[in-house]
Amino acid sequence: MSPTYRFTLNGKPAEVAGPPMARLLDVLRRDLGLTGSKEGCGEGECGACTVLLDNQPVCSCLVPLFQVEGAVITTIEGLAQGQAGALAQGQAGALAPDEKATELQRVFANEGGAQCGACTPGMIVTIKALLDRHPKPTRDQIREYVSGTLCRCTGYERIFRAVEVLTGQRPAEGEPAAHSDEVSRT
Amino acid sequence: MEGCASNIFFASAETAVHGGSTRSRIGLAIKSAPMDHLNAVGRSVLRPDGLAKVTGRALYLDDLPENGCWHGATVRSAHPSALILSIDASAVTDPEARVLTAKDVGPRNSVHLIHDDWPILADGRVNHVGEPVALVVAPTLARAQAAAKLIKVAYQAQTPVLDLDAALKGDPRTGGRENVLAKCNVQRGDVDAGFAAAEVILEGEYTTGHQEHAYIEPHGVLATPALGADGAFVGIDVVGSLQCPYYVHKALTYLFGLGDDAIRVRQSTTGGGFGGKEDYPDMIAAHAALLSRACGKAVKIVYERQEDIIATTKRHPSRVRHRTGVKRDGTLVAMDIDVLLDGGAYITLSPVVLSRAVLHSAGAYSCPNVRIRGRVLATNTPPNGAFRGFGAPQSLFAVERQMDKVARALGLDPFAVRIRNAYREGDITPTGQLLKESVSAVAVLERAKSATRFAERFAANEGARAARKDDGKPMRGIGVSVFWHGSGFTGNGERRMMSKGAVRLRPDLKIEVLSSSTDFGQGTEGIFRQIVADACGVALDDVVVHIPDTAAVPDSGPTVASRTVMVVGGLLARAGAKLAETLRTFAAHQSGTAPAAVVLSNGFFETDRGRTPFVDVAKRYVTLHGPLDAVATFEPTPGSTFDEATYQGDAYAAYGWGANVVEVEIDPDTFITRVTKLTTVSDVGHVVHPVMCAGQVEGGTLQALGWGYLEEMKMKDGRFLNDRMQTYLIPTMADTPDMETILLENPTTQGPFGAKGVGELPMDGGAPALLQAIENATGISLSAIPATPERIFAASRARKRS
Repeated sequence: MSPTYRFTLNGKPAEVAGPPMARLLDVLRRDLGLTGSKEGCGEGECGACTVLLDNQPVCSCLVPLFQVEGAVITTIEGLAQGQAGALAQGQAGALAPDEKATELQRVFANEGGAQCGACTPGMIVTIKALLDRHPKPTRDQIREYVSGTLCRCTGYERIFRAVEVLTGQRPAEGEPAAHSDEVSRT
Repeated sequence: MEGCASNIFFASAETAVHGGSTRSRIGLAIKSAPMDHLNAVGRSVLRPDGLAKVTGRALYLDDLPENGCWHGATVRSAHPSALILSIDASAVTDPEARVLTAKDVGPRNSVHLIHDDWPILADGRVNHVGEPVALVVAPTLARAQAAAKLIKVAYQAQTPVLDLDAALKGDPRTGGRENVLAKCNVQRGDVDAGFAAAEVILEGEYTTGHQEHAYIEPHGVLATPALGADGAFVGIDVVGSLQCPYYVHKALTYLFGLGDDAIRVRQSTTGGGFGGKEDYPDMIAAHAALLSRACGKAVKIVYERQEDIIATTKRHPSRVRHRTGVKRDGTLVAMDIDVLLDGGAYITLSPVVLSRAVLHSAGAYSCPNVRIRGRVLATNTPPNGAFRGFGAPQSLFAVERQMDKVARALGLDPFAVRIRNAYREGDITPTGQLLKESVSAVAVLERAKSATRFAERFAANEGARAARKDDGKPMRGIGVSVFWHGSGFTGNGERRMMSKGAVRLRPDLKIEVLSSSTDFGQGTEGIFRQIVADACGVALDDVVVHIPDTAAVPDSGPTVASRTVMVVGGLLARAGAKLAETLRTFAAHQSGTAPAAVVLSNGFFETDRGRTPFVDVAKRYVTLHGPLDAVATFEPTPGSTFDEATYQGDAYAAYGWGANVVEVEIDPDTFITRVTKLTTVSDVGHVVHPVMCAGQVEGGTLQALGWGYLEEMKMKDGRFLNDRMQTYLIPTMADTPDMETILLENPTTQGPFGAKGVGELPMDGGAPALLQAIENATGISLSAIPATPERIFAASRARKRS
């Protein structure tokens, strides 16, 4: 019998039975159906699987399940639900929609931060943690904090710029859109 | 239509848009694009997949519901060259596992690409490490992998041929025969007379290594069998992370000998490609489909990163030799170029890669006498295939370094020798192509110079180097490159492909874009919406894009070769205009107006009596006649020819132009290079989406810089030593300079609204500009990349000794 682990996931209590050394990434993707976090390398190098663990960005491919007992986990799916932002203000448990996270996602898309999108969930989760620490980061602060998340498409310039637009350091280049007709692939 | 003026001239004034990337238009006539009526093209609107990607909702192959699918695993060769003596699967005791070897593939055991020499499973011998030898399928991935480990393959090792020098001595597979997978030669003028008239003659040899694509999403496919009433295998449905659904369709149709309708290929959201998902999806789809036929279940294969790096194709290593004759003022009079590519063990796409390498090898320079010889040689290394730039980055690296050598020998600065020889309108290329329009080599160079104060700063760095004290302070350098890249297939490629693009007015009154062009990050879907919206005269929200699906879209050709916007976008613009024309005629008929008096613009049918919303007319049309389809098929440009026997004629319909300026600081003790600033100037014609276009340029140029100084595939005994993300280093944010991205817009008549291709151009000029900057900083001239600290150190030692 696998042991059971209890933790908070995207603002709600979660309970998972599994081997202690199961990778958090697999638990999220396979057991809990949260496929937003991606596996790019499986060895903590690319950062595509980054989630917040007690508000710290971590590579979920390197986190064994037993380590999340009692922890607060936020994935890309739950980022805009408010848990991460509430924790930053010392209000664990509060669940107001996190407008800052929503705005980060919107600006990131508008300013060309996402191309293929495979690094994007890890990138956005990491930037959310950056902004909690540095509300108006310099380019060197972004460079240092986010350098553990690899992107092969953008050359990072549009990612820098998205953060700078979001924090009022640069005018927007992309047009804000009322809505988008998504391409359905299923 | 009003505004369809035959000639529209743009002022050459520059405008900075939204405080970001600079765009400027070069005064030039364009013949058919009514740009003053564009409502969507030219705007940085939200990409259709943007919100799904930033919220984690976009479903990539490994995110799709598995619905009880089985899993495949691959047994691979550990030898670069060996005979297979036996394959023993008797230790596999899992009752449900199935094992396939070459004998189970059937008579057509090859990836059906250009030549049928690339086995789906090795038959009797292996020609490279990582070559697929056997396949296993089981209900879970763990069981499939466990079974794969129990399969014993007995080999008799043979002497491998591992690099170009060894390959020049003979064929690694057949022994003794000339070892050439493909050849391509071009000649113009009288080269011997050119050298006789030269005042200075210089020789150089330049080499480049493998490059891994390192898309963040590894390869993956899911194959679902179609079974007849008797349970027999009658067809296959493949979903995959891929660039070219019709390539996979063709490969599977050939493999199984089934009709077109029996095979369906769809693209899942694809996490990067860069060429790496052009050829190899044929292989992995064939594997999954064969396993699916064997077990009667849907089968998924997703590569882990290490398997992806070991198994899939890479950029061709190259060795290019130059002999160049010049006048003392720097004018080129003769070029003799020898291009050698390492093709790896099988032909894959090598002939076409070589062709593009050869056609770009004399650079963006006019020279009356040119002789180019190109060859691809076979080695016992994993096959090399498509990678952004497709041979051109290798040959442009060589010619740009050679031009630096010319400048040094003549005492000119690198900018001066480039501007003297750069193509002008009216010049003729080595294939005899007259460059009639949209030629921007001089414009991009001049803009790069003024944006960076290149000449002064290059000279200042040279002075600082001469006066340098050993004080441990970083050495500063600046380098420039100029380059060109042909948009679309080479020569008669488009004529042979005869691609189709279609649009459909659906019953829900949306106009749907139907093409096989895939979006693997570049923004294809969004850009096609913009092009079709403006071609039809409707609002952006009236246009939707169908996913690439061989059961639903026509064959628009593969998504490669910088052809998506210019060629397929052009087809869609024509299809859209046809559809609008039908609706306009219908609207005129309904209202008793002459068709010529009705205009469809920005979502309204307009006459001098008033206007009607597009959807009202569309609704009436669909109610009376049902959905409306319009298709456009490729039409060659009148008067344009290319002779494949002599390699003379119009090699490409249009060219993009670029100049890069790279600035570096180099630590004098460790020789670690830091790139401090990157300035790019690109002309890709009229820009459809400025933010995404800049994103292509920036991302592509960083890949080029990575290839230039960081990315090195180390190989020993035919095996890649650094086959993981932890050991194969691509640029991180910490390695990335601030970028200034300047888009000059010099429209072409060959693309929709004046647009040319952008995808590959940015890969072409980063590496040579970087090496020139390193030389400017250190005085060390390297002719091989990547310019690692070890390589700079070795060159420094060699210089001190001599």
